[in-house]
Order: sequence, then structure tokens, then C-alpha cells
Amino acid sequence: MNNVALFDYLNLFLYAVLPYVTLVVFFLVSIQRYIGHGFTYTSLSSQFLENKVHFWALVPFHYGILIILGGHLIGFLIPGQLLVWNSSPLRLYVLEITGLIGGVFTMVGLVNIVLRRLTSVKAQMVTTIADWIVLSVLIFQVGTGIYTAVFHSWGSYWFATSMSPYLWSIVTLSPDISFVTPLPYMVKMHILGAFAVIFLFPFTRLVHVLVVPNPYLWRKPQMVRWYYDRKRIRTTEFETPKH
Amino acid sequence: MDIRSQISMVFHLDKCIGCHTCSIACKNIWTDRKGTEYMWWNNVETKPGTGYPTQWENQDKYQGGWKHDGGGLKLKSTGKGKIIANIFHNPHQPTMDDYYEPWTYKYEDLFNAPEGTDQPTARPISMVTGEFIQVEAGPNWDDDLGGSEVYAQNDPNLEGLSEEQKQQLSAIERLVFFYFPRICNHCLNPACVASCPSGALYKRGEDGIVLIDQNRCRGWRSCIAACPYKKTYYNWQTGKSEKCILCFPRLESGQAPACFHSCVGRIRYLGVLLYDADMIDEMASKPENELVDAQRDMIKDPFDPKIIEAARANGIHDSVIKSAQKSPVYKYVKEWGIALPPHAEYRTMPMLFYVPPMLPVMSSFDGETVKTLAEGIFPDFDKARIPMKFLANLLSAGNENHVRYALRKEMAIRHYRRALTVGDIEMDAALKLLTEADCTPEQADAIYDLTSLCTFEDRFVIPPAHREEAIQMTRDPLEHKQSVGFGLREEPKRGA
Repeated sequence: MNNVALFDYLNLFLYAVLPYVTLVVFFLVSIQRYIGHGFTYTSLSSQFLENKVHFWALVPFHYGILIILGGHLIGFLIPGQLLVWNSSPLRLYVLEITGLIGGVFTMVGLVNIVLRRLTSVKAQMVTTIADWIVLSVLIFQVGTGIYTAVFHSWGSYWFATSMSPYLWSIVTLSPDISFVTPLPYMVKMHILGAFAVIFLFPFTRLVHVLVVPNPYLWRKPQMVRWYYDRKRIRTTEFETPKH
Repeated sequence: MDIRSQISMVFHLDKCIGCHTCSIACKNIWTDRKGTEYMWWNNVETKPGTGYPTQWENQDKYQGGWKHDGGGLKLKSTGKGKIIANIFHNPHQPTMDDYYEPWTYKYEDLFNAPEGTDQPTARPISMVTGEFIQVEAGPNWDDDLGGSEVYAQNDPNLEGLSEEQKQQLSAIERLVFFYFPRICNHCLNPACVASCPSGALYKRGEDGIVLIDQNRCRGWRSCIAACPYKKTYYNWQTGKSEKCILCFPRLESGQAPACFHSCVGRIRYLGVLLYDADMIDEMASKPENELVDAQRDMIKDPFDPKIIEAARANGIHDSVIKSAQKSPVYKYVKEWGIALPPHAEYRTMPMLFYVPPMLPVMSSFDGETVKTLAEGIFPDFDKARIPMKFLANLLSAGNENHVRYALRKEMAIRHYRRALTVGDIEMDAALKLLTEADCTPEQADAIYDLTSLCTFEDRFVIPPAHREEAIQMTRDPLEHKQSVGFGLREEPKRGA
């Protein structure tokens, strides 16, 4: 077996097997954790212990990453419309710059999060090894993302033609790695980083993303729980003894 | 009409001696775990004072409670519109510094210190970081007006008082204070419940106790800012919020909550009220000076056949209705009208009521003798050292009439009892005072009995729990434990 064949196998493993491993782990562990250890599904906020840097760390990070994830989702779901949008250079610039700003926001937030956890003694008390692993992987991921945005420009264009088909090939259970093997080294790192994030997801605090409180927006303000059927207990079978 | 039952409370401030026994009883049972050391589900404050967490009544700072504008009731802090923008960073959340950093002492130094000329000392260490700390504040740092320049003079209830009144409050030999014990009010229109993005907070249907489902809480911390009384707390260790559960495991087995049971001054009363839940929105939207009356209007007469019928139709057990008929809270709040809700202007409809204190000392020291300001035996409470406006800000949304009504009745009863037992007051004059205070001799006797001669059974009328109808019959009690705010099934440590 020569080196080329070895690389073929490696690529096959990284881009055709690994995604399924991470997805299976993600779904199985997330569901198992929700059912068996629902108590651990929380945002684990430490704002209570440190509230000075908190704003400058958590707000840019979350807004930044929402912009970025939103962009990736659009590229994945509607690549055709994305290409139409990008047909005008001005719109392409707007999209690229928005994405880059989102990436920089995320990175600024991440750096502040790390500094905050390093400098606040109280925040350190609630910082776990899992937190540091998550932060490292996220910094790697955002770093490779920003690098890609700067040095392999017009990502919003080539994402639609290379990444989106690749992701769809994964989703439709017919993985086609020919879309990713020719991509630059840093982009490949970014793809592998994404698998790492998805893999870590169910094991770490990232699960709080899965319990974002959307029903709040349409539920009634007050919640009452009845621990018995309050109409039924008045029927004859529940007739209460006289005292 | 939607009649529901609510376990509610009266604290008689005239009887509180500020001993903090209630706080200790609560702490020993519920909040001695890691992450909860700083929490005092029950705390006792000195008024005037800034309380715990400091300045909790300052809603410009914390944005607690509801506001009512043209468009109806809205949460001041993070309602539906604002939660999306504020979920990553709650701009109004108090931090540990607003409460205090819990500490213990390094006691082993007392034993292990090498022999020397100095007395060994036990230095304070933080219960959060384990490091030595300089203790600068505590949960009752301003007890008995300690540090009043920092604390008492910044009491938010001083708003609306004249400069002269404020100066008199802190003038030496005119100082005055009273104690203000606080637990969760288990409100009828709780802001904490309405603010919870996860729907983890809820009111128990059968008795109105407000609880936080520990399984559903995701630590978004909205309730902390939204509760204007600051009675939900963030457990920094588990990443979940916790609050007073009114000792419901004790209530369900017929015992009074720990803080009630242990109360040395016997200031606490507990009983069932029947109220009309359909009226909540309308009544909570009334103009500020009508809020106390509005809240009383919601509480319904448990002897009225129509109310009983509606209660039974709603599944309220006969034994609970019977409890409501014997409820000491109903008497103080509704029949006698001398117990008032704290800060009704927050519009949460608190179900803990306070009998305002008749501050006893109404005389001044002129250098040689104590000069009484009164014409008769008992002084006029309008000349009391504590301004009526202060009590009204605290207990009746600024409406002095309610406080004056309660104090006048209490004072008339004192005259009446003095006429009965000592005899140096004419009975005719005492009866006239009673009539002026909207009180009959029978009512005066009843108030006197329940205030001064009350037994355990008089003070705590706890409805039977009816376990045969309770959740234990239908759901795995172990599974259920965590959803009722305590009794965690998993180790309460921070998840990964």
C-alpha cells in the first residue's frame, strides 16, 4: 500500500466515517443525558460571581456565534439563493464583511471569556476541565474560521458550491468526499474542528443550546401545576368523607 | 369566578424581637449546602435599613416587579420582548457582592498555632474561594442600625419624607427602628414565575406555594432580577435558582414551617385564604393607592355559600374550606383589616401580610428628664418617631390611610384593655376610641386573644394534605422530588 492509498483511507475516515460517529454520539448521548440527567442541562452561568468582564465576554461571543452559525445554516440550506444573492459584488461584500465581523466578535468574546476565567478567583471556582476543553476547541474553530475568511476569501460563494453539497451528501447517507479533499489545509482543519465541537456537545455545558427557551414567547405568564385532577376528585368515586 | 386556595401568612411586627431564630432554623434545614451558603430564604432586617441584598427595594437598580402602563401589566426587567436580547447577560441581576461573600473561620489555627507570646486567632476565610478575606458586609450588617450612615440613611422607603423627618430619624436620642422579617411572599401574581424563560417556576395549584422545578431550571436567572423582593437566589454551584419552599414537606405532614415553628416572639400566623384567580389581572392593574384594597377584594369570604360552592366545584376539599374558615390570616387581613401587604406597588400581590408596628417610644430625652409627647397615657401615633409615610411606603404602597387605620385600631385596643385590666382609663372613653377605630368590643377581644394569648393551634391552621389525592399516588415520588424545588436526586454539583 502506497502513501496515496493511505491518504485516501485517511480522508475516507475523516470525512465519511467521522461525521457519522460524531452525529450518532451527539444524538444518542444528548437524548440519554436529557432523560437520565436532565438536571445537568443548564447554562451554568457565572454572572453571579463575576459581573464586570461578563458583559464584554458573553455578549460579543453569543451574538457573534449566532451570526456565524446563521450564515453557515443559510449556506447549507439554500445554497442556490445564496449564489443568486452573491451575483452582485456589493451584496457579496456585505455578506462577507458581516461574516467576518461576526467571527471577530466571537473571537473577542472568547478571549475575554478566557481572561475572565483566568483573572477572577471566584469564577475559577466554577471552572472545570471540560470548560477549558470546550474553550480551546472553540478558539481553534473560530481561529481557523477567521483565517479561512481572510485568506480563502469569498467563502460565502464557494461554501455554496463545495461545502453545501458535501454536507447534503452526509445528510442523505451517501457521503461524497470529493467535494472536500481538494480544499485548502486550513479549511479542512475547520471541518474537523466542527466535528470536534459536535462530538463534545452532549458531554459539556454546550447542551444549554438544546434547551433554549422558545416556548416562553407564547406561553401565558403565570404557570400553575395541579397535582391532581381537580374536577375529577369531586365525582362520586372520589367522594370525600364528611368530618 | 375561579376560587383557589392559598396558604398565606401574617407577621405581627409589634412582636418581633429581631432574634434571627427563624433565619437559623431555615438555614440549618435548607441552605447549608455548597452554593447556598449566602442564601437566607428567611432573613430579618432592621428598618430603616437597606436590607439583604442591599437596596433590594430600589427597583431603579434591580427592575423587579411589574409596571402598569396603558398596555397592561408588564415585567420591569425581562419580559417576553426583552429576554432575547438579555439572556446572555442579565443587566439587572444582583451579584454576590450585593448579598455578601459567605465566610467561615480558620478554626484549626486556634489549636495548631505554634506556642508564642500572641494569642492565636481564627482568621475569616471565604466559603467560595477558600482564601482569607477581609469581611466587609454580611446579611444583617446593619442590624439594630449598625452603620446607619451607610445603611439606614439610604433606605429606599425614605422617599417622600421631609428633610426634617429624615434628620430626626438619625438624630441621636431620637433614633428608632423595628424589625422586618422576610420570606418568599408566595405571590398571587408572581413576577418570578412570569419571567422564567424555561417555565421552571410554578405555583402549586392546591396551596399556591411557589416552587422552582430543579429539573427544568436552566439557569437563565431571569427570576432573580424579576422578583422585587429578591427572594429567589442563584445557586452558583449547581447553576440553578432556588427559593423558599414554605417547608411544604412539613406543611404536608401537619407541621408549621421551620421559621414559623421556631419563632420566639410568636409573631407568625399561617392559614388558608380563598381567592378569586379570575380577578388577578384586573386587580393588579389598579392605580397604586387602590392596590391594597384591590388585593383584599380578591380574598373571598369562606362562609359565603356561593364561595363555598365555587370552591368545591374547583376541587377544593371541604377540609380545606373548613381551614379557611378558621384561618387567622383571614381575620387579620380581611375581617380586621390590620395586616398589610409589603410593597403592593410591585403588583405581585404578595400573600404575606404585616401588622404594622406601634413603635413604643414616642418620647424624647431633653437632657434631664424623659418628656412624653402624649396628652393621655398612650401617645398619639401621628407624633411617633417613625413617620407614617415611612410605614406607608413599606406596607401600603404609600397610602397612609391603611397604616393609620391599623395603628388606630391597635391603639384603641390598648386603651380598651387598659380600661379593663388596670382601670385608670374610663371605660366609656375607651369604648369611644374603639368605635372611632372601627372596632367593636367583641372584635377587640378577638384581636387581643389572637395577638397575645394565641396557642400553636390558633396561629397555625394548616389544612390537611390529602395525600390520597396527592401526586404520590400517581407518580414515582423519587422521580417527582426534584421537580418540587428540593431533594435533588443527583449530586448538586456543577455539570460539565
